[in-house]
Amino acid sequence: MSAVAVNADHTVTADHPVLAVRGATKRFGSVLALDDVSIEVRRGEIVGLLGDNGAGKSTLTKCISGVHQLDAGAILLDGAPTQIRSPADARFAGIETVYQDLALFDNLTPGQNFFAGRELAGPQWLPRGLRFLQQRKMDAETRVLLANLKVTLPRLDAVVAMMSGGQRQAIAVARSTVFARKVVMLDEPTAALGLRESRQVLNLVAALRDQGNAVILITHNMEHVVELADRAVVLRQGRKVGELVPTKDNKQELVSMIVGA
Amino acid sequence: MPETGDTGTTVGEAALPSPRKQEAVPGLALGLVLLSAGPVVILALLIVVLSFLSPYFLTGRNLSNILAQTAVISVVAMGQHLVILTRGIDLSVGSNVALASVVGALSFHAGAPAFAVIAVMIASGAAVGAINGLFYVFGRLPHPFIITLATLSIAKGLALRLADGRAIPGMPDTIDALGREAVWGLPGSVFVVAGVAAVLFIMAKTMVWGRWIYAVGGRPDAAVRMGIPVSWVLVSVYVISGLCAGIGAVILAGRTDAGSPLFGNQLELDTIAAVIIGGASFLGGRGHLGHALIGALMIGVIRNALNLLNVNVFFQLIVIGVVIVIAVESDVLRNYLEGRVRVMQAGRQS
Repeated sequence: MSAVAVNADHTVTADHPVLAVRGATKRFGSVLALDDVSIEVRRGEIVGLLGDNGAGKSTLTKCISGVHQLDAGAILLDGAPTQIRSPADARFAGIETVYQDLALFDNLTPGQNFFAGRELAGPQWLPRGLRFLQQRKMDAETRVLLANLKVTLPRLDAVVAMMSGGQRQAIAVARSTVFARKVVMLDEPTAALGLRESRQVLNLVAALRDQGNAVILITHNMEHVVELADRAVVLRQGRKVGELVPTKDNKQELVSMIVGA
Repeated sequence: MPETGDTGTTVGEAALPSPRKQEAVPGLALGLVLLSAGPVVILALLIVVLSFLSPYFLTGRNLSNILAQTAVISVVAMGQHLVILTRGIDLSVGSNVALASVVGALSFHAGAPAFAVIAVMIASGAAVGAINGLFYVFGRLPHPFIITLATLSIAKGLALRLADGRAIPGMPDTIDALGREAVWGLPGSVFVVAGVAAVLFIMAKTMVWGRWIYAVGGRPDAAVRMGIPVSWVLVSVYVISGLCAGIGAVILAGRTDAGSPLFGNQLELDTIAAVIIGGASFLGGRGHLGHALIGALMIGVIRNALNLLNVNVFFQLIVIGVVIVIAVESDVLRNYLEGRVRVMQAGRQS
């Protein structure tokens, strides 16, 4: 397997951010989890979101994915201010999230997980819940998707509960590729994985970028940031403390930004 | 990369967990197969043993009798099963049946035609179900136990008040016909059970709604994040459970030619027991309608057998309680074995 595919030439305006967060502020009781944070992500770009535990990384992604709502600030998609009130809103707007806990349904198969909440079904004139599942179509798309991403699973008809950590992670990341149209956020996608499984997931992340998505990658792994991220944004105690292009040489600088030393 | 032998299998067939397809770890896999087939095997064994113990057991009349006696539990257990799939519980079904039967009897005596009496009973059941679902979800109650316990009491009280504490004899002939023999020596109620089972089966297996129920039961928080309308899915299962209670009331009224505030006594326990004994998981997201039906049938067979064998009536409660414990423990064991399979597969991979 080749390592990371070279970023293909995208015919999108590179200077136009697909996702922009302006002055994001979020309070939990007396705790200021986010304090006037602004970030921008462009198509075909991976932004590494770094920070120590409690720095506000997860809170920021949860506000973008509709799990939490911002107390102040704005989220702009393709330049237009967007209200994201629920996870359904976010997914509808083209924002996919790979949660740290994966949010997989253990009692469903990989294919059923891919299409959960987005089932292919008809006829269209029926209310969504009463439509009939187009199972063959979903099965076929699942096969194509997994083949394209070079993900191999022992069985497609077994429930996810029976699969290993790496396989589950791959399924969660692959799911985000099914519907991602603009933005994909991944919250520590390699945290619990071995070397080889991490590599597979990183390849998937690169594939997401190559599809033209704006990718936000939360990770603690500096190697991964240097390898994949076009820019790195560092949060500390809810505030944005720095932003730079990560290279092998400024790794130390990044680390000191994170810990605030 | 080689496809690892899943050619020819469709993803869709595994809407339900299918541990029997784990060829990876034969010993554990065999255990899982036995556990998932357990209720059917036990039911079959029970029938074989009983046919030796009592010459009367395997007669057509007795079998038809068992089906007639389990019709109400079966219908209501199917609704209960949907609720349990979503990690919930509906304690109100018994009182719901009683209230629906009383409302039906009163409307019959007020001069309503048969179809209207049936409609009123089913609507009464659905209304109680809707109250359960709406208060649970939009009243932000921590667990459906609380609201369904409340409606258990309210519906019971309402039924007793409306009927003045007594049974109200008299039902339209159309409803009574359900209790009589219809075709092949089977009572009409059996066909009602089959009809409800067919409709619910199609809804659960082929509709988006059915997939959502499994998703909500499997992982409620993830279902929210995947954009599934969890609130309405939850309300819907309580409404359907109520509908099933209404249909159960029609069957019971037909068999007894009456409505009574004392109907459905302990039906919540019987139906929960049926779902669990049948092999559905109390942890949610696992099981299918067949489990509810097999469980109901097992309860019917056990009761019938203990009667035929002249065992003390009070002993029935003990036996069914013991069976529940066995069923729940085997559910726990199944989860444990699946965990083992997962660990061993992960080991084989790396």
